[in-house]
Amino acid sequence: MSMRPKTFSVTALPGFTGIAIAVFVMLYLPIVTLVFYSFNGGSSIAVWGGFSLRWYEVAWNNDEVQAAAFRSVVIAASAAFIATTVATMAALGTTRRGRFRGQTFIYVMINQPLMVPEIVTAVALLIFFAAIKVATGIQGLGYLILAHAAFCVPFAYLPIRARLEGMDLSLEIAAADLYASPWATFRRVTLPLMAPGIVAGAMLAFVISLDDVIITEFVKSAGQDTLPTYMLGQLRRAVTPEVNAISTMLLAVTVLLLTAFFLLTKKRG
Amino acid sequence: MGVSEAPAVEARHAVRIYGAGETAVCALDDVSVAVRRGEFFTLLGPSGCGKTTLLRCIAGFEAPSAGAILLSGRDITADPPNKRPVNTVFQSYALFPHLSVAENIGFGLEMQGKSRRETSGKVEEMLALVQLAAFADRKPQQLSGGQQQRVALARALAPEPEVLLLDEPLSALDLKLRKEMQSELKRLQTETGITFVFVTHDQEEALTMSDRVGVMSAGRLLQVGAPREIYNHPVNRFVADFIGETNFLTARAEAGGFVLASGERVEAPDQVRGGEVTLAVRPEQVRVGAAGAGGLQAVVTETVYFGTDTHCHLRLADGTALVARLQSPPSGDVGLTPGAEVGVQFAPGAVQVLEA
Repeated sequence: MSMRPKTFSVTALPGFTGIAIAVFVMLYLPIVTLVFYSFNGGSSIAVWGGFSLRWYEVAWNNDEVQAAAFRSVVIAASAAFIATTVATMAALGTTRRGRFRGQTFIYVMINQPLMVPEIVTAVALLIFFAAIKVATGIQGLGYLILAHAAFCVPFAYLPIRARLEGMDLSLEIAAADLYASPWATFRRVTLPLMAPGIVAGAMLAFVISLDDVIITEFVKSAGQDTLPTYMLGQLRRAVTPEVNAISTMLLAVTVLLLTAFFLLTKKRG
Repeated sequence: MGVSEAPAVEARHAVRIYGAGETAVCALDDVSVAVRRGEFFTLLGPSGCGKTTLLRCIAGFEAPSAGAILLSGRDITADPPNKRPVNTVFQSYALFPHLSVAENIGFGLEMQGKSRRETSGKVEEMLALVQLAAFADRKPQQLSGGQQQRVALARALAPEPEVLLLDEPLSALDLKLRKEMQSELKRLQTETGITFVFVTHDQEEALTMSDRVGVMSAGRLLQVGAPREIYNHPVNRFVADFIGETNFLTARAEAGGFVLASGERVEAPDQVRGGEVTLAVRPEQVRVGAAGAGGLQAVVTETVYFGTDTHCHLRLADGTALVARLQSPPSGDVGLTPGAEVGVQFAPGAVQVLEA
């Protein structure tokens, strides 16, 4: 037998470095390529024609892109707001108390959108909303907002719940002991302490909504394209680096928000 | 009975049962106790004895399953915690991490609707009282454990409660700091004149700080009395064993004294019961002399040096193990080697007669 170090270490296994590098290349090379070609001066997404911001300009001045981007933000902001409100109440209800019967079941129920295949939800919403539209005649962006709010709830719920679970219940007991009414306790103690979780949950919900294609594609009416569904539509026709430019901007916004999310959820002293 | 004569806080036949059916646990089993105004009262017992449950029932965090809690003679059993003029110092301190030290201390006053001026004046006064004036703007997590403890105290004292409840507040501190805080607590209690109800499992803490101690076990209040009374006249074997160290001897009551299994006699003054009894003797009341100088025959089995004291482990003729706490001489050596034969005597009045 050959001599081996006594303690087991993953990093000492053969091929560790090679595999790690390969994984990171696979993860990031496509994105780097996408970002690289967004600065292409030529009209191809594969042939380099010199550095230029031309496609950013095209995308920026494209009325359809502007409208889709605006719609995306409106839907994401509204959905994030609704989902975060619902998730906050759900998180309070499931954590600010002792363990109760059916707790795990409630967790599963709240996190349903994480488990049901998105395409199933999309078809279900299409049929459900169609029935409502026929019955009431109401049109508008509300359907998309509600659909997004529904699948964003677990993404908002999980960071808020994590935050609340790290908060000692004795803080609220202490507040009550110091003459705070239940409402004052919530406003002065619970809410300020859970705020980072709420902001994190809202940002995660916003990003998830901004990014959605499947449910949006099924639920949207004519003229309700969001940025992702607009890009999908473009890909079916002639593809120019304009799509790269839009993707890169979307990427930048997402990275920015997720960085803020991680900073907020990072454990504080 | 006028309000002024009513006990500061009183539990009447308090019962607290957790769960139901076969898994039900009785945390408080018909506990009645009255704490006098301005008193430093300690609830003492091992963990799970119900002392914290009783405290939580007084604070209003839990409702008794039966019985009543009275404050200055007024029934407050149904009042929520925020309506009770009672404040708590929590074992975990439970300081608000998002508020400064000053804001923590002022929280109760603010919630009572006191004016900003009145609050800030009182906060300054409390900061001075616990010697933390320089730390007013710090966050609790920037303070040491002992400082956090003092903030928790100041926060609970600021609204001038009728009764201050303290739930094992010193258990997280190291020995030296704990000693300091013990005298600090005693000083605060004397200065403020507020009734303290203190919960601890540390018998030494209970004896040194309290005006009166209530000893609890398995949900029952076994004995209430001044520290000296509890230490010297424990009502039963549990209290004698829990408060300080005690030697137990099994004996039979006979005319004029007690007879051990070895046939040797032990004199005890209050011979009231007949038959089989348990005699309790504190280790510091055991005198060890020369084998021929009278008393019970014993053999030294071991000596353990504790600094100021030396514990001498002995075995009596009937096989009973006994510990004598002897003051260590300047040389540090009490001159007793294992195997030595000695004579054991008990200080006059030191033998307590308990039910067998």
